[in-house]
Amino acid sequence: MNAPLARLLLLTGLAPLSLSAAGKDSCLDCHASLSGSLQEPVARFANDIHRQAGIGCATCHGGDNTSTDPKISMSPARGFTGKIARTKVPALCAKCHSDAGYMQKFKPQQRVDQFAQYQTSVHGKRLAAGDAAAANCVDCHSVHDIREVKNALSPVHPLRLPETCARCHASATHMAGYKLPVTQFEEYRTSVHWEALSKRRDLSAPSCASCHGNHGAKPPQATSVAAVCGTCHALQEDLYKKSPHQPVFSGMGVAGCVACHTNHGVQSPSEKMLAGDGAVCVQCHDAESAGGKVAAGMHGLIRGLESSVARSSAILLRARVAGMEVSDSLLRLQEAQEALVKARVAVHAFRTDAVGQPVKEGMKIAEQSFRDGQSAMQERDVRRAGLAVSLIAILITIAGLWLAIRRIEARRMEPQER
Amino acid sequence: MTGDRRSVVGWLLGGGFTASVASFAYPVLKFLMPPDVPEAAVNEVAAGKLQDIAPNAAKIVKFGSRPVLLIRVNETEFKAYSAICTHLNCTVQFQQDSHQIWCACHNGFYDLNGKVVSGPPPRPLEELTVHVRGQDVVITRHA
Amino acid sequence: MLTEQSLQTKAGWLEERLGLSSIRAFLAHKTVPVHSGTMWYYFGGITLFLFMIQASTGILLLLYYRPTPTEAYESVQFIMTRVQFGWLIRSIHSWAANLMILSAFIHMFSVALLHAYRRPRELTWLSGVALLGLLLGFGFSGYLLPWNTVSYFATKVGTDLAASVPAIGPALARFLRGGDDVGGATLTRFFGFHVVVLPAITAALLMLHLAQVQRHGISSPPKIEARWSGQGLAVPQMPFLPNFLLRELMAWYAALGLLGALAAFLPWELGEKADPFVSAPAGIRPEWYFLAPFYTLKLIPSHIWIFEGELVGFLGFGLLAVWWAGLPFWATSRQGELRSRLVTGAGVALMAYLAMFSILGYWR
Repeated sequence: MNAPLARLLLLTGLAPLSLSAAGKDSCLDCHASLSGSLQEPVARFANDIHRQAGIGCATCHGGDNTSTDPKISMSPARGFTGKIARTKVPALCAKCHSDAGYMQKFKPQQRVDQFAQYQTSVHGKRLAAGDAAAANCVDCHSVHDIREVKNALSPVHPLRLPETCARCHASATHMAGYKLPVTQFEEYRTSVHWEALSKRRDLSAPSCASCHGNHGAKPPQATSVAAVCGTCHALQEDLYKKSPHQPVFSGMGVAGCVACHTNHGVQSPSEKMLAGDGAVCVQCHDAESAGGKVAAGMHGLIRGLESSVARSSAILLRARVAGMEVSDSLLRLQEAQEALVKARVAVHAFRTDAVGQPVKEGMKIAEQSFRDGQSAMQERDVRRAGLAVSLIAILITIAGLWLAIRRIEARRMEPQER
Repeated sequence: MTGDRRSVVGWLLGGGFTASVASFAYPVLKFLMPPDVPEAAVNEVAAGKLQDIAPNAAKIVKFGSRPVLLIRVNETEFKAYSAICTHLNCTVQFQQDSHQIWCACHNGFYDLNGKVVSGPPPRPLEELTVHVRGQDVVITRHA
Repeated sequence: MLTEQSLQTKAGWLEERLGLSSIRAFLAHKTVPVHSGTMWYYFGGITLFLFMIQASTGILLLLYYRPTPTEAYESVQFIMTRVQFGWLIRSIHSWAANLMILSAFIHMFSVALLHAYRRPRELTWLSGVALLGLLLGFGFSGYLLPWNTVSYFATKVGTDLAASVPAIGPALARFLRGGDDVGGATLTRFFGFHVVVLPAITAALLMLHLAQVQRHGISSPPKIEARWSGQGLAVPQMPFLPNFLLRELMAWYAALGLLGALAAFLPWELGEKADPFVSAPAGIRPEWYFLAPFYTLKLIPSHIWIFEGELVGFLGFGLLAVWWAGLPFWATSRQGELRSRLVTGAGVALMAYLAMFSILGYWR
């Protein structure tokens, strides 16, 4: 066995399966013995999903992979195209990936409209117009070592997708010609969505493609942003659509949710957005205006419920530390927490009475829990009082015993003294 | 003199002893009588009467420390699932029009078998068993 | 109406059947030595009193406790929250357990240092050491019963250690656990040990222990005896009835007050229900009375010469236990001379080791 082939076998680690189902692959054999960028694809190809499906180099690059003579294997007469031009990549991939009959042989459920979507995207349109710098298939999916999306090493796996988009979209040099900002990735990395994805490993959390689309990537229109956010935040979208903000914002061409929450660096919202330092409402509404009053009203209601829940929680925890069993009450307090969540969601109706409803329910529960805490502390006091009573009885008995001992021993002494 | 001292000691001893024994006996006697709820509900919870819940309606029932969603699918069929969404632990609710279980927090949907239909929840809802004993609806959980 | 005659008749009725006057006569003659070390004589009685508290509160808890993994924790929670004064009974049971073991150790060491183990009281000493072992068994088995995180993992650690006893280890661990893991089978077993097996054995040994104490009377330390006999007198005694008994009652009442205060101000925790699938919380320790051997085993290197460290450790503990139990036999020389200084030194050394290693085991 020649050395290059041995190296190849070692690299692939699958000696009997090292060759594609189609048989010997002279492309891999030869290129394995080359160096630099001509050899690199061979090593990467070991991990490629196409290789596992029995598809070899010649399928994309043309040529004859049964011949070891370069004049034959890389002859244009045999269809050899060499390195594929960037602008031609999507059409080439689409030759198989848009062929429903062909894809059914490998993955019947796999979509076959990626190319069609791509052509509607900003990337696709620019590429079609001749801009070779625009993103094509291999920019995101990699080339020669293409892995499935669900493989954690794939550049388009949910956990890695943002950094893949950022390769271009966070590069000032790359974006210079397009007049696009490059702060999105940095902003996204500060967001709650990225925290959910990266820290909690919640793969359902949104990243770039969730809102912008993947193959048909383009930013959503201002009027449809709320619908995009509403795929997960359905309640908020519902309320917003019926609220006074919706017609105003869409008339102004302002994107619904983004106006207050920003788009990429979405932070954990709180009632601080309604009033006080860093409030968002004041950016448009005067404090004295109708809108300003609603903002202040909602803020006050939510703050009120928050402090009531905190007060109840504090007294229950104090009771627990004092040894009282309050787990049932603490659990019921959870419902007040849920009412708080509902109240915060209700803000999106931008009406004081909409927030007032869940706040009222929450206050009822929080106040009941506070009373539970108070009675737990009272019970503790009753126990201590009971203890005091029994301790007094005990002390009296001990005193009586001691006096009895003294009396007995004094008496016993007397006869001896006599 | 001795007689007085004797009676003081006697009173202290007798009174103290009686009082202390009473302070021991009182809690013990109270302990012996079972409380109104005679046992801790662990594996079984009475969820109300048949007439309390209409067909194609649901209610949240406390099961130990967790909420459970009891759904009356039709006249005869009941379903019960843990009401804690498997995504981020919000409490789910029953949607009468779509016959699905919905989580308001991030728009997750489950079908009436507790399986995830759409949205972020990663796992199905834990199912509990419902028995109807006469007019009473009882929810039990396998250990 | 009660008259002298009717009382006589009633007492006479009982006397004819029960013959209690012989007990009263015996008790009338029972005395307790009076000297600087008399206070130590109370600790046996306090241990006994606390054991009776344990038995009574234990029986009360039995009315509500359920010994299965699904219900144990909930039943204890039920006792703590719903049952009237359940919090009091349960906290007293947990606190008295600890005080009883502490009192038993004090009693044992005071007997050693006052040299009360001497002939003819060897059986009293042996039964006493066995009783201490039984009390530790009560502590270990009872600790699991609330089925919370701490008790589950402490039992796991404890039974794992039992598995490393030489030769019989794995079989012993399997016997204790009722299987390969700590689980429902373990709970059933420990409940059976705690409520029937250990009480039965303890009752029998206790009767032997108390019978021996009555038979041989209370001993005085040799130095005190020598001092008085040098003057041609006997060690001064106080009558058991009523002097010592009244004082004992004072001590027992004080113990009751202390237990009530502890239950009200430092109630015993419920903890979190045990979840076998959660990893053990950091710093799991056994109860304080097991800390010294636990920490010692942690310190022993994994291998000493060709032997496994734990093997050496257990051999060491075994030898220590046998040596200490045999105290009455090696404390007296062939010539009948008491090696009192040796015993005092050994006792103090053992106390120091136990105290120091318990503290280290707690802080580390």
